[in-house]
Amino acid sequence: MGDLIWIFVAAMLVNNFTLAYFLGLCPFLGVSGRLDTALRLGLANIFVMVITSSCAWLLNTFVLPHAPYLRLIAFIIVVASTVQFVEMVIRKMSPALFRALGIFLPLITTNCAILGLALFQTNRGYDFLEGLVFALGAGGGLTLALVVMAGLREETRVLDIPKVVQGMALYMILAGILSMAFMGFAGLFSSGGS
Amino acid sequence: MSRQTPDLVLSTPPFLRQGQTTPWIMRQVLGALVPVLVMAWVHFGLSALLVTAAATAGCLATEWLFDPRRPRGRSLRDLSAVVTGCLLGLVLPPGFPLWMAFLGGGAAIGMGKVLWGGLGQNPFNPALLGRAFLQAAFPAAITTWSPQGTGLFSLHGTNLALPFLQGTPVDAMSAATPLARMKFQSQVTDLFPLAVGDVGGSLGETCGVVILLAGLYLAARRIFDWRIPVSILASTAVLSAVFHLIDGARFPPPLFMVFSGGLLLGAVFMATDPVSSPITPRGSWIFGAGVGGLVVLIRLFGGMPEGVMYAILLMNAATPLINRATQPRIYGT
Repeated sequence: MGDLIWIFVAAMLVNNFTLAYFLGLCPFLGVSGRLDTALRLGLANIFVMVITSSCAWLLNTFVLPHAPYLRLIAFIIVVASTVQFVEMVIRKMSPALFRALGIFLPLITTNCAILGLALFQTNRGYDFLEGLVFALGAGGGLTLALVVMAGLREETRVLDIPKVVQGMALYMILAGILSMAFMGFAGLFSSGGS
Repeated sequence: MSRQTPDLVLSTPPFLRQGQTTPWIMRQVLGALVPVLVMAWVHFGLSALLVTAAATAGCLATEWLFDPRRPRGRSLRDLSAVVTGCLLGLVLPPGFPLWMAFLGGGAAIGMGKVLWGGLGQNPFNPALLGRAFLQAAFPAAITTWSPQGTGLFSLHGTNLALPFLQGTPVDAMSAATPLARMKFQSQVTDLFPLAVGDVGGSLGETCGVVILLAGLYLAARRIFDWRIPVSILASTAVLSAVFHLIDGARFPPPLFMVFSGGLLLGAVFMATDPVSSPITPRGSWIFGAGVGGLVVLIRLFGGMPEGVMYAILLMNAATPLINRATQPRIYGT
């Protein structure tokens, strides 16, 4: 139990995918303009990450021991197609959920954060449950970063930002500052974890 | 030069003014910082004043160079850059090389203020941003705590390191801060030396009583929202009391947590920055409780002994969200 909590907190805060590993920067910078879209993208991210984690575990357990050289390709293809399939199911079963997440699902599947999640999970040898908790933590961390970023970016609209840094330059700097603030979580629970 | 008081004022509402101007507020804050600076001087010798002066010089130079408003230097008159510089100086260790302090001042104003459009628009506290920058850039220098100076005119050898050099520490010994001693050796420092500042640490994070008095003065003058420091200190005390009751051997008592490190300085002077803290009263409570909670989390479970800076920066980042969530309902809707 303590291990699981540690995995969750580590993935969410200490090794935050965006702010510590710099994975998934494209959605982080691209879709953080508005709070509600950022939140929905974050939720879609959690969703895809959970699917990824389960797929990766299945592949690692049943397929990849026979063909280890297929690892990268297998992860990408299986995750992408599963998400597409789930997207179709959602569209059919729950139009409301589809409207909330649907547009983002195919966008995220080819993201480095997703592949990163599968690879980290494999390298660290997580079992199924640990993988799920890891995916929830990582997705939660991305959502947190996205929402905070979106809040700050909405705020910057009313500021007199100097011309030279307007737009993406400012968002990159903002991301850097957030990353610096997240350094405060370094080493959290590291003594009590293992 | 336009006249200070014109004969006829044509303006739009609001017509009811408070009488507080930015330079006046900044002068009040500077006045409240003077006793803190004096205590730093008494404890750490001339180094304290030099480090603070270097940080302030960095702030002023950057503001003068990069602030886009013309005429150049107009924005220096509101004294806010001086306040930022003094605050940055107070969160640096006494033996800090002066060129690094100067650079930190530059980062504080450049990245923390000018970039966002100048005074009143910074989403993060500039002084803390400068320190976070220094912590990321020079992690060794900023955690080298020289012992308290032996006289009012004592200097620490590393102060005068040439630019781009660390400087060789000539101080025979270094003094661990109470928090580092707590973290790495599980030793609790007694309350009395903590309260009068007779311990190692950053320049301004030693003498708790003086900082509290300065805070009371500023709160009485309504310079800042009293809810923020109160909720920070209360949440830190309550949370650490809970942990202390659970495991008294592992977790320090609440009064130690409140008086050690930069908590008081941060709660009184940094978190209360009116620009980067929430605007609603309810938001202020949430903000303060968040800072307190993060401080306890980072101090007790994190890898670093001190977390006030990060806690405040993180809550600054969350401030737009807090503001949004605590909007009062418009009457009649």
